[in-house]
Amino acid sequence: MDLVIIITACLVAVTSSIIGCFLILRKMAMVGDAISHSVLPGIVIAFMLGGTLGSWYLLLGAAAFGILTTFLIEFFNKRGGMQHDATIGVVFTSLFALGIILVTVYARDVDIDQDCVLYGELDHVAFEEGKNIFGLLIPYTILRLSVMLLCVLALVVFGYRGLFLTTFDPAYAATIGISVMAWHYILMAAVSLSTVLSFGSVGAILVVAFLITPPATAYLLSDKLKQMILLSLVFGVSGSVVGYYFAAAIDGATSAAIASVLGAQFIVVFAFKAVQKKYFSAPNIPVV
Amino acid sequence: MTAFQNIIDFLSLKEANVRYVVLGTILLSVASSVIGCFALLRKRALIVDSISHSILPGVCIGFMVSGTKDPFFLLAGAMLTGWLSIYFIDIITRYSKIKADTAIGLNLSVFFAVGILLLTVIQNSGNPNQSGLSDFLFGKAATMVLADLYVFGGMALFVISGVALFYKQFVLLSFDLHFAKTIGLNIKFYEFILSILTVMAVAIGIQTVGVVLMAAMLITPAATARYWTDNLRKMLVIAAVIGALSGIVGAFISYSYENMPTGPWIVIVFSLIAMLSMIFSPKKGIVAKWMRQRRNAHKMMEDNILKAFYHLGEKEGDFFKKRTVEDLMGLRKFERNKLLNGLKWLSAENTIVHINNTYVLSKRGKATGARIVKIHRLWELYLKKYLRVADDHVHDDAETIEHIITPELEIQLEKLLDYPTEDQHNQKIPYSK
Repeated sequence: MDLVIIITACLVAVTSSIIGCFLILRKMAMVGDAISHSVLPGIVIAFMLGGTLGSWYLLLGAAAFGILTTFLIEFFNKRGGMQHDATIGVVFTSLFALGIILVTVYARDVDIDQDCVLYGELDHVAFEEGKNIFGLLIPYTILRLSVMLLCVLALVVFGYRGLFLTTFDPAYAATIGISVMAWHYILMAAVSLSTVLSFGSVGAILVVAFLITPPATAYLLSDKLKQMILLSLVFGVSGSVVGYYFAAAIDGATSAAIASVLGAQFIVVFAFKAVQKKYFSAPNIPVV
Repeated sequence: MTAFQNIIDFLSLKEANVRYVVLGTILLSVASSVIGCFALLRKRALIVDSISHSILPGVCIGFMVSGTKDPFFLLAGAMLTGWLSIYFIDIITRYSKIKADTAIGLNLSVFFAVGILLLTVIQNSGNPNQSGLSDFLFGKAATMVLADLYVFGGMALFVISGVALFYKQFVLLSFDLHFAKTIGLNIKFYEFILSILTVMAVAIGIQTVGVVLMAAMLITPAATARYWTDNLRKMLVIAAVIGALSGIVGAFISYSYENMPTGPWIVIVFSLIAMLSMIFSPKKGIVAKWMRQRRNAHKMMEDNILKAFYHLGEKEGDFFKKRTVEDLMGLRKFERNKLLNGLKWLSAENTIVHINNTYVLSKRGKATGARIVKIHRLWELYLKKYLRVADDHVHDDAETIEHIITPELEIQLEKLLDYPTEDQHNQKIPYSK
């Protein structure tokens, strides 16, 4: 029972962390934040069309709104002449507001509510129906998240070169014929899809903490992409386990507790680095 | 019918409760729109988002400490954590290699997570006072009563008068930090004041739209006002009006529908106004920009056609000979359709005359063509003489500038070069008599 919830949280954390590493290196953390908010109307519309969590409608709706968000941000900025940081704020708040209104108006017809939007229902996984695989009853949420994780892993393993180059040196990538635009939208689609699949478990807003925090903590400790990804996985998984028991101890929402622990990890590492820099770094010897 | 009746009831402000709600919402919206202008101009739009999310744990802590929903405790907590998030973002970006956007996203989500955690802990604790605490998430303007109006309205007035008082300093912070340093302005101090006012505006504003959408309350009116003016004072007024209008709409919806959250509706109204402004504003709007581009393209096409006529006339010594489309296309690479369109416009303006598929330059047309050729050749000479640009590089530049040079510049150019009669290819420079 505990194990099921912890596994779900770990799957969300692992998938988000991998994608998040690329997001923060591309200075797109806030675009990720915007997408995670803006997929909400897509999700609600998919629900209204009779979907359930994990149906194809839902994935399509979310992916569509995720891409729409990226597109609108570009459009408002380039064509509309709006300041870049303001476009992000304007776009995601309007789409999220639309989503909340839809949730409220169709609350009776749709199986999601405001709480679900905010922090998901991670604990419900334990009561979910599942599929029997090799004698083990595996909840559908876990199945879906596992498939998503495999897709993300495949993307990173097989697309490593493209992702790497377009992240660190887009000009060079373009020169040798790698489509910077294509990888941009692939990554945005990955953010949207993982947001949707994590939505039921951790909600639309807390998924941002899963996306950004473990990679940021890892980034403090490492300069190498592969190392950073691995470290962020360690933080994501350990944060999920500790967070679960923390939530149980103080009787609060599991997903929020996990996100809080992820934040605490960052603070600890940040403080550690600050102390290390102050007292243990090599003195600055002037070069003669 | 009932909806209509509702509007009448609402607008007549008969009920005291409605009056409080409307007045309160207007004050809060104006305060946040005004502060938002400075946040936008100082490129701090997303930090506002972080502040508003970070307010949630503060509200919860205020409640846990006091055990009541006393607005003083809630606001004190809100301001504390809201301000902490600005401080953390500053520390993180200053002392590590983490970039601003990551720091903002991190603060926003983690503070919010802590807030949700505390909120659920409070909900599960069974404290009977806690109902309504979650209204801070998406706002509920209609719950405002007289006591709230004193607190929130008072603070909104405080924020607005703070901006009025420190207007000059804030302008310097927003536009010219270097100048502010040079004249010895205490930048740290005024940035601190501005951050306190910002946190205050956000903390009271969540009453109407809630923490999640509060950023829109500050950013969207300011971003919209930018489409209508380049003057800061006007921008503040426009943003305040947009804020107040949307606030009233939100308050009305909150009043009319029992369980409808106010925030999302206010934000939707904001966003609609923003989009309409983006498309239709007379100077910076997409339509206006598109029309300007079209007009320019139009003028350039006409100029190029008249120039081609002039060149042909120059070559053959007869400016008023009948020309066919093929003659013109032989001289310059025109796209046929665009050329035909251009000829149509020119005939309408009587700069050329259209006779049986041939075209003849009018006197006025010749004069215009001559002027463009003159500017082109003068510019080539200018580039060569003053900027020492090589002969084979001057043409393309002149090709662009010939459409742009104003009559005033034209006269100056003539004087500067001392009315040369020939360009570097010994082509005559045609002056108007």
